[in-house]
Formats: sequence, structure tokens, C-alpha cells
Amino acid sequence: MELDVALLSRIQFAFTVSFHIIFPSITIGLATLIAIWEGLWLKTHNPLYLQLAKFWIKPFAITFGMGVVSGIVLSYEFGTNFSEFSNLVGPILGPLMAYEVLTAFFLEAGFLGVMLFGWQRVSRKMHFFSTITVAIGTWISAFWIIVANSWMQTPTGYKVVEGQYHVASWMEVIFNPSMPYRLTHMLLASMITATFVVAGISAYYLFKRKHVAFAKKGLSMTMWIALALTPLQAYIGDLHGLNVKEHQPIKLAAMEGIWPKQEAEVPLLLFALPNMETEQNDYEIGIPKLGSLILTHTPDGALTGLKSVEPQDRPNVPLVFWSFRVMVGLGFGMIGIAVLALILRKKDRLFENKPFLTLVAAFTPSGVISVLAGWYVVEVGRQPWLVYNLIRTQEVISPLPAERVLFTLIMFVIIYTLLLGVYLYFMRKVIKKGPPSMSTLEQQLIGMKAPGYALAWVKSLKNSEEKA
Amino acid sequence: MDLALFYFLILGFAVFMYVLLDGFDLGIGILYPWFESKSERDHLMRSISHVWDGNETWLVFGGVMLFAAFPAAYAGITSTFYLPIMLMLFALIFRGVAFEYRFKADRSRPYWDLAFSAGSAIAAFCQGILLGSLVQGIPEGSSMIASWHWLTPFTILTGFSVMAGYALMASSYLFMKSRSDIQRRASHLGKNLLICVVLAMLTVSIWTTIASPEIQNRWFENGHFIYLSPLPIISLFLSIGIWKHFTRHQMLSGQSEGKNDSRPFWYSAGLFLTGFIGLVVSLFPYLIPRQLTLWEAAAPDSSLTFLLVGVCLFIPLILAYTLWGYRVFSGKVEDYQEGY
Repeated sequence: MELDVALLSRIQFAFTVSFHIIFPSITIGLATLIAIWEGLWLKTHNPLYLQLAKFWIKPFAITFGMGVVSGIVLSYEFGTNFSEFSNLVGPILGPLMAYEVLTAFFLEAGFLGVMLFGWQRVSRKMHFFSTITVAIGTWISAFWIIVANSWMQTPTGYKVVEGQYHVASWMEVIFNPSMPYRLTHMLLASMITATFVVAGISAYYLFKRKHVAFAKKGLSMTMWIALALTPLQAYIGDLHGLNVKEHQPIKLAAMEGIWPKQEAEVPLLLFALPNMETEQNDYEIGIPKLGSLILTHTPDGALTGLKSVEPQDRPNVPLVFWSFRVMVGLGFGMIGIAVLALILRKKDRLFENKPFLTLVAAFTPSGVISVLAGWYVVEVGRQPWLVYNLIRTQEVISPLPAERVLFTLIMFVIIYTLLLGVYLYFMRKVIKKGPPSMSTLEQQLIGMKAPGYALAWVKSLKNSEEKA
Repeated sequence: MDLALFYFLILGFAVFMYVLLDGFDLGIGILYPWFESKSERDHLMRSISHVWDGNETWLVFGGVMLFAAFPAAYAGITSTFYLPIMLMLFALIFRGVAFEYRFKADRSRPYWDLAFSAGSAIAAFCQGILLGSLVQGIPEGSSMIASWHWLTPFTILTGFSVMAGYALMASSYLFMKSRSDIQRRASHLGKNLLICVVLAMLTVSIWTTIASPEIQNRWFENGHFIYLSPLPIISLFLSIGIWKHFTRHQMLSGQSEGKNDSRPFWYSAGLFLTGFIGLVVSLFPYLIPRQLTLWEAAAPDSSLTFLLVGVCLFIPLILAYTLWGYRVFSGKVEDYQEGY
């Protein structure tokens, strides 16, 4: 079989980017939660908040490290595997990514050292400031990356000069039509992802009756957050969907499994196997008119279907269709859990109901999975275009020998599989070990109050050692 | 000054900062095999665990600056050097995660030690290969991507040279961050590495001037060498300075812990700077030697001016808080042993 460089490069990018996105989608939210806990501790002096911050900083650090190493790969892969693409759109995407590094990466990295290791080297306020800065850094980073991605989805503000894409208006490039929806959707998704990770682990502790006070605080807080954010996310998702309908109708058609050129009274499909050969859905089960109602807000509203474009201009329909259902399904599951938590809370059973705790623990990775599914909808749905309606993915691949890409792809699969295993192993280890005990925290607090004292003591020890 | 040239300087600055900062922390990994006990290795890791992430960010910054300001050069260089870049990335992945996992590991610690030291060494070697192949030039034509031109005796030499250079930086950094036994070992290693580095710099300089008439002309035509002679002279003085400092410390058998412990580090940084300037002198104004000048590769003004605000505003800020970060953890490693 002839190896196809284009396909291999695409698989490699899809694989490396999917692996990467797992980690930032956790750390953006987790950094924010840690900053909130540290702030609450400074304000209330309730040591439970310090315990929460001090425990979750460990999973955060592991996750952040994974994000860093897998992110560096991506910043080079544009050039290595898609050299023609980076040449064509470099004048637009390059500066956006440079701004990401200038305003976010350095900020995160610069204050991360103090956040992780500086508890006894700087004042409490300075430490809190560092934690906040790291959290803000993750948000800014998300902003720029979403700007770049949104521009590839809904490109505006450019002009073509000798085949290269130049900027006509930076305002239009940055605030392109889909950016606000995409950014809000993604930031909320990250907050929810981290929320369910914390909730899941807290529920696990409660189920095992370990670290009870700590876990109660964690579960209670995250369930309030989930109650606020998950319905909001559904609302934002709906707005985002309307935006997709306007700017990328074919993607929407793939999400909903709509085949005719124009279809009115579109059903909401609960199950279907979209068939790209026969251009229709097999085994369709749907609720009549509900699709139209959701997307056009009238029961007989018409939507554009996949057949309005040639087969070679359509994305992989089953993949988009099913990814979308996974994302939405998990989203509703999370809303359900938040509501269930409220009901149990009213009955004062939130921390005792074992089936509920099991359910929450099972939902630990739900945020990560729905983020991944969501990105497949976004990215696969845009195909065969790399920049929507402008640049075809197929045309901008580096002319590499296929064996080399195959080699690196295999390496990535091996290395990343190994890393994921290791990541999960160490996460398990950290979780098993549990939060630092109150007495440990107390000792560390004394150290924090008198950093000079501790330092002088270590120094004097060392000096006497050397003299002896 | 024209914008393309300004960005060329910024790019140069980014690359130099990367080489300086990640240079010493990759070097720590290269020195790793010479420190065998767990406590020594802990010490080595701790000396950089709070800064490696920031240091590596300069690599990303260098990459995206090339992408943003010189997209044609970014596209050409990264795709041509596909394998060495990928190899470097794999190596960086392993050493990066080793920071997190090594301290949390029990039985698997030897593997993380290996991941850290081999990862650092391979990453440094690949960077040396990249540097060497840029200097020797890229063959023109579309088939260039498929060729193995980046693997020649010369690039292998530059690969080892960069490893030696990073290791020298690391030993002087370690000298600054440690006491007694480790410090003694660092100065001993530092002297050996200094010899390697000086030999490497000489060999590479002579080799390039012989192999490339353009570079030869650049250095020796029209009395250029008189203007350029400070570079080798300063290098020589810096090397002597490092040698003397390490020797004196050894003669005093480590009694003199104190203010001057950072001196070899700054000297070896200076040595890197002269080497770097020498390189830029040889290649200017090419981004891809004899194919693509910085003006040909530059992005349109609309991109460069947009980025200008960010560069002028944020680079000073980044330098300020990076420096602050280093100050928070200044002094010897033992003085800030607490983890998180």
C-alpha cells in the first residue's frame, strides 16, 4: 500500500493535539479553583481551604507539566508537517501565537516556580499573587489559541497578497465572528472539567470515608459551581450552534445528520448511522421538528443540508455526528448531577448517598471526554478545509518522505501512550496519598511565618557540617 | 531601523536567551551521570526544577517569533529539519516530565533519571545538529526535505560541541548553587569541559572558514579581521578567567564559599555570547544560508507592526519577573529545599 503523507501528517497532528488538549482543559479550571481556595484561606483563615489548595496543587503540577511538554510539539508541528500552511498564513497566525507566548506562557512559567516551591520564600500575599497570575496566564493563553483557531473557522479581516494571507484589520482577525462564542464555551468547559475532576475525587474519598472534612468541602463547593456553570454552558453552546449555522452550515448539517439540500421540519436525531456512500442516515430515530425548533426557534424552520455541496467538500459525517452527541450527552449528564446534588443537599444527604457518590466519581473524566468530543466536532467538522472555504488541508502538507512521518507518528503513539499511563499512575498515587494532614500544614505555617529563621537554621547546620 | 532587521535582532536575542537558560539546565542533565547518589541527583534536579519551564519557554518563543516575523524561513527550516527537530522534541518530552515524576517515584526512579539525562543529552545534541546544518547550508530544491544533508561529520561535531558547551554552563551553574563536595566536583568537571569547549570552538571555526569561502571572506577580507578580533580575544580571556577561578577554588579546597561563586557562570555565559556573535557575523543576513535573507523572509509590515507593541511592552516585563523568580530562589540549593 502506498503511504499517504497527507493522511499521516493529519493523523499525527490530530493525535498530538488531542493528547495535548486533555491537560490545559484541566489546568485552566484547576488553576482558577486553587487561586479561589488560596484567596478564601487568606480571607477566612479556615485551614480547610489551605488544605484544598495544597492538595490540588500536586495534580495541577503534574498536569501542567504534561501540558507544557506536549504543547511545545504543537508549536513546531505547524512548520514541520504543514510548511506550506505556515508560509501562507504565518503573517496572521504567527503574531497571534507570538502574543500567546509573550503574554501567557512566560507569565505562567515565571510565576509557576514561586507558586509550587515558593511557599516559604515569599510572603503569603506574594504567593497568592503568583497563584492568581498563573491562573490568569492560563486564561490568556486560551484566549490567543482560541482566537487563532476561530480565525481558521471563520476567517475575516485578511487580504491575499501574492498568494499569502496578510492582515487587513487586526480587529476583524481577532474578533472574528465565532471567537466570542468559542472562547466562552471553551473557558466554561475548562472550569467544568476541573470542577468534575475535583468533585469526582472528593466523592471517591467520601465513598471510602477518608479525609472526610476535606472531601465534603471539595464536593460541596464544586457542586455549587457545577450548578451555576453547566446550565450556562448549555445556553452558550446553543448560541454557539446558531453561530455555526450562520457561518459553517455544512458543519452543522454534519452535526445534525441533515442530508437534503434544504430541509424543513428537521427532527432531532437521537440515534442514526450517517452513511456517506448512500448520502442518508441508516436506522434513524428522532423527535420530529425538534431539530428545527432548537436551531431556528420555529418548528418548521429550514436548514441547509450536506448535499448542497459536493461530496469532496463534506467532512466525515459519522465522526462529527457522534462526537457531537457524546459532548451534548455528557453535558446533560453533568447538569443532571448538579441538579441531583441540589436535591440531595436539601435533604441533607449529599455526603452520604452512596449511589450518588459513585456516580460523581464515575463522572471524573466526563469534562475531559466532552472537551475532546467537542474539539472533534469543531476540527473534523471544518474539513476538508484547514481555513474554512479558503485553504484545503490536502494542499498545504510538507512534501516529506512518508516513512519519516510514519516513523514519528509511531513514536508519538508509543511515547504518548506511555506518558498517559504514567500520568494516570502518578495521579492515582497522589490521590491515594491524600491531602496533607493538618499537623503538616501547621508546621509549614510556622515555617511561613518565620522563613528567615528556618533559613538561618539550615545554613548554620551546613556550615558546622563543613567545619567538622 | 527597518522592521525586518529589528525582528532579526529580537530573534537573535530569543535564541541567545534560550541557549543561555535552557543551556545550563539541559547541561545539568548531561552532567547527571557524573553524580551517582540519590541525594546528589536530588540536588541537581532541585537546582533547576523551579526554572526549567520558564527556560524552555524561550524555545517556544524563538519558534513562534520565527513563525510570526519570518514565516518563509520558519516553513523552510522546520520542514527541512524534520527528523532532528522531532527527535529533539521527543527528548524534551522525556526530560520535561521527569521533573514531575522523579520526585514522586519510588521504584521507577532509575527510569526517570535515565529519561532526564538521556533526554537532556539528546536534545542538546539535536540542537547542535541543527546549528551545524544551518552553518553548512541547506541544498536547494524541493528534494531537500527528503535528503540527509543534516547528518554529516561536521554536524555531528557541532552536536557534541553544543553538548560540551551546555555541560560547561551547567557545571558553572552548579558551582554557584552548591557547597562542599558537589561544588568541588562541579569545578573539576568544569575545567575538563572548558578544555573541550575551547577545542570545539577552535575546530568549528577553522572548519567553517576552510569549508565555506563566503564565511572566509566575511572574516578575512578587507581587514575585517581587525574589527572582529575582539571576539576571539575576549573568548580567550573569559576561558582563562573560568580556568583560574576553578583552579583557585580547588587550591583553597572549597573553603571560600561566597560572593564570587557566580563568576564562572557569567564568564561561560560570556563565552557563549562571543561564540553566538561570531556565528551571526558569519551568516548575516541569511536566515537560510545563501538562500533566504532576513528581508526576503520577513512577514508583511501589517504583521510586524502589530507584533511590535507586544514585543516592546512585554519583553522587558518578562525579563523583570524572570529575574525576580531567580532572585526568590537565589543562593544555594539547600536553602530552599521545601517542595510543594
